Amino acid sequence: MTVTTETRALRTQGARVKPSRDGGIRESAISRAVAMAVMIVATLYFLTPLWWLFVASTKTRQEFTTTNPLWFSDFALFDNIAALIQYRDGVFLQWLANSALYAGVGAALATLIAAMAGYAIAKYSFRGRETFFNVILGGILVPATALALPLFLLFSQAGATNTIWAVLLPSLVSPFGVYLSRIYAAASVPDEIIEAARIDGAGEVRTFFTVATRLMAPALVTIFLFQFVAIWNNFFLPLIMLRDEGLFPVTLGLYVWNTQVSQIPDIRALVVIGSLLSIIPLIVTFLALQRFWQSGLANGGLK
Amino acid sequence: MAITRVARVGAIAAISALALTACSTAAPEGPAAGGDCAPSDGPVTLTFTSWLPGVEEAVAIWNEENPDIQVEVQTGPNGNGGTYQNFFNQLAAGNAPDLGQIEFDAMPNFRVQDGLENIAACEGILEAEELFVPWTWSQVTFGEENAVYAIPQDTGPMAMFYRADLFEENGIAVPTTWEEYEAAAAQIRELGGYINNFSQSDINAFAGLVWQTGGQWFSNDADGWSVNLTGPETTQVAEYWQGLIDNDLVAVYPPWTDEWNAAYNSSEIWTWVSAVWGANTIASGAPDTAGNWAVAPMPQWEAGASAAGNWGGSTTAVLKGSDHPYEAAQFALWLNTDADALTAMNRTANIYPATIEGGSLPAFGEGLEFYGGQNIYEVFAEAGNNVDPNFTWGPTMTQVYNDVADGFSAAVSGNGTLLDALTAGQASTIAALKAASIPVKE
Repeated sequence: MTVTTETRALRTQGARVKPSRDGGIRESAISRAVAMAVMIVATLYFLTPLWWLFVASTKTRQEFTTTNPLWFSDFALFDNIAALIQYRDGVFLQWLANSALYAGVGAALATLIAAMAGYAIAKYSFRGRETFFNVILGGILVPATALALPLFLLFSQAGATNTIWAVLLPSLVSPFGVYLSRIYAAASVPDEIIEAARIDGAGEVRTFFTVATRLMAPALVTIFLFQFVAIWNNFFLPLIMLRDEGLFPVTLGLYVWNTQVSQIPDIRALVVIGSLLSIIPLIVTFLALQRFWQSGLANGGLK
Repeated sequence: MAITRVARVGAIAAISALALTACSTAAPEGPAAGGDCAPSDGPVTLTFTSWLPGVEEAVAIWNEENPDIQVEVQTGPNGNGGTYQNFFNQLAAGNAPDLGQIEFDAMPNFRVQDGLENIAACEGILEAEELFVPWTWSQVTFGEENAVYAIPQDTGPMAMFYRADLFEENGIAVPTTWEEYEAAAAQIRELGGYINNFSQSDINAFAGLVWQTGGQWFSNDADGWSVNLTGPETTQVAEYWQGLIDNDLVAVYPPWTDEWNAAYNSSEIWTWVSAVWGANTIASGAPDTAGNWAVAPMPQWEAGASAAGNWGGSTTAVLKGSDHPYEAAQFALWLNTDADALTAMNRTANIYPATIEGGSLPAFGEGLEFYGGQNIYEVFAEAGNNVDPNFTWGPTMTQVYNDVADGFSAAVSGNGTLLDALTAGQASTIAALKAASIPVKE
C-alpha cells in the first residue's frame, strides 16, 4: 500500500521537472556550478592530508620540520623507505605481511561464510528463518569495539590471546555480509535455475558453488571489499589481543612506534613513511576490484 | 603446537558461558604476605611487557647470563596509549605478564586496583633502596612499611633549556628566578620572540612545576585520599603562567606538533623548561639551531634556592599473579641497576636512569655538540637530587590529565583561567574517585 502511494508521490514530483530537449532531465547552470564547487572543495579537503603524507614522506628528517609542509624539497623517498625497512630488522615488512594475511584470508573466509548463510536464508525455507535472520541483523548494530573486551576474556580462557587466531577468528563474522548476500541471492538467483541444476543432478553444495556464487559474484566482491577494509583498519582488537611484535598488523605497529616518539623523536619520520606505504595495498585492492563492484551495484539497481 | 592452538580455539565456544561468569568474579586475590618470596624450582620463563624501543637488547644480556631465568619481551604502545588498559584487562582475566613497565604517575592506580606484587621479601630488594635517587624509591613504596611494589627505572628531572646565543647577543641575563624569567619574557617579546610555549595538554609538565614549588595534589592515609588541585602552591604556579598568557609573553602552540617544532627551529621560542629527555626532542625538532642551546637549572621562586621538579619516569613492576615473583624481582632489579643494561637502554631509548650511580655512566660523561659542548647531564643529575621526595600521584591520573587539559585549552584561547580549569579538575577528580569506589575525603 505504502509503495503505491510513494510511487504516486514520485510521479507527481517528477512531473514538475522540466524535460530537456533531448528528453533527459536538465539542471540549471547555477546548480551545476554550485555542485561542482562543493565537490571540488570536498575533494581538496580529502586529498590534502594524502598530499601532505606523500610530500612529508619524500623529505629527509632534517627538512621535515624546517621546510614548507605542502611542497617538496630534497627527494629522499627511497632513502626513507630503505631506512624504514632496515629499522628493527625489517619488522615493518612483517607487519605488512600480517595485515595482508589477516585482511586477505579473513575477508575471503568471511565472504564465503556470509554467502553460504545469505544463500541458505534466501533460498531454503525452514522454521525460525526470519528470527534467525533478525538476530544476525541485530549483530550489525553492535559496534566492534564493544565486543573487543568480552572477546579478550573469551580468548584468555581458551589461552588463545597473542595468537593469529585471536585476530583472524573474530574477523570471519560479517552480519552485514549475510544481509547483503540474502538480498542479492533472492534477487539474482532465480529458483528456476536452482531447479534446473537439481534436475541435472547437481547436489545442493555443487549448485551453490557452481551456479549461485557466479550469479552472486558482484555482491561477493562487495562483501570482500568491505570486510578487507574493515580488517585492515581494525586497530582495537589487535591492540587488546596481541603482545608479540611479530604478530602485529601494520596499523598497530605504526601506532606503537608513534607512542615511542617521546623516547626517540627520529621515529616520527618512519611513522610517516610507514603510513604512506600502509595505505597502498588498500588502494590497489580497491582499484583492482572496483570494476566488479561498480557493475554489480548498477546491475542490482536495474533489476 | 599448531594443533594445540586449534584445539584451544575450538574450546572457546564451550567456555564462553564460563568466561562471562568469570569476568564478574575475577577479583584479584588478597595481597601476598610480605614474608615469602622463594626461588622457583627449575628453569623459568618470565614475560615482560614494555614499550621501550630496543629494550630487547638489554634483556638479551640477561638471557645470556641467566640460562635458567629467561625473559620474553612483549611490546605495546606507551602506558596511557593502551598498555595500562591491557594490563588491567589481563589482570581481570588472570593472565597478566610477570613484569610490566609502569610510569610513576600510574603506580597508585595499579596499587589501588591491587595489581602489583609486593616484592619487599625478595632477596636484595629492600637493600636496593640506597642505590636509587630517594624520591623514586618513595614512589614505589607508597610510604608503606616493608613494601616495595616496583623497581624505579628512569626519571625526568627538570631544568631549563635555553638559547645561549640569543640571550648573549641581545644582552639579556639568563634568568635564575621566576621573577627574572618574567622580566626576560617581556624583553624577548619586544624583540618579537617568546620566552616559552605554554603547553596546554602536558598537564604532567605543569605538575612538575607545582612539584618544584612544594605543592601536593594528592595524599592518602587510612581514611582515604585527599585531593588538592587548588592549594596555595598550585595557585601560585597557575597565576604566574596565567599572567604570562594574558600578557602574550608565551606562545601557545599545541605541543609535540610540527608547528611547535618549527617555532623552536625558527628561533621564535627561546627556552623550554623541561625534563632530561627533552634534550632529544629539541635536537630532533629544531636541527637548524644546533650548537646554540645550553641548559641551566629551573628558575626558582626564591633567589639562591635549588628546588627542581620532575616530569616523567617509569618503573619495572611485578604484576599480581606472577608465578615467579622471586625471579621477576631479580630481573627487575638487574635491569635497572646493571651498568650494561642501563647503557643499552640509554642507547636505544634515551633512558636516564633512576639510580644514583646512573648519572655517571659513560653515556652521560661527555659534552654534547648540540648544546655547544656543555655536559648537560651534570645539571640534570643535580636537579634529580633536588626533587622533593614526598610528591604523591593520585589513583586516577589519566582522568585528571584529560579533565585539566580540557580546561587549559579553553584558558589559552581566552575562555576562563588555568585556576578555573584546576578547580573544575578538583571536582571531577573527586567524582571519579567516588565512581571507582575509592574512599575520598573532602
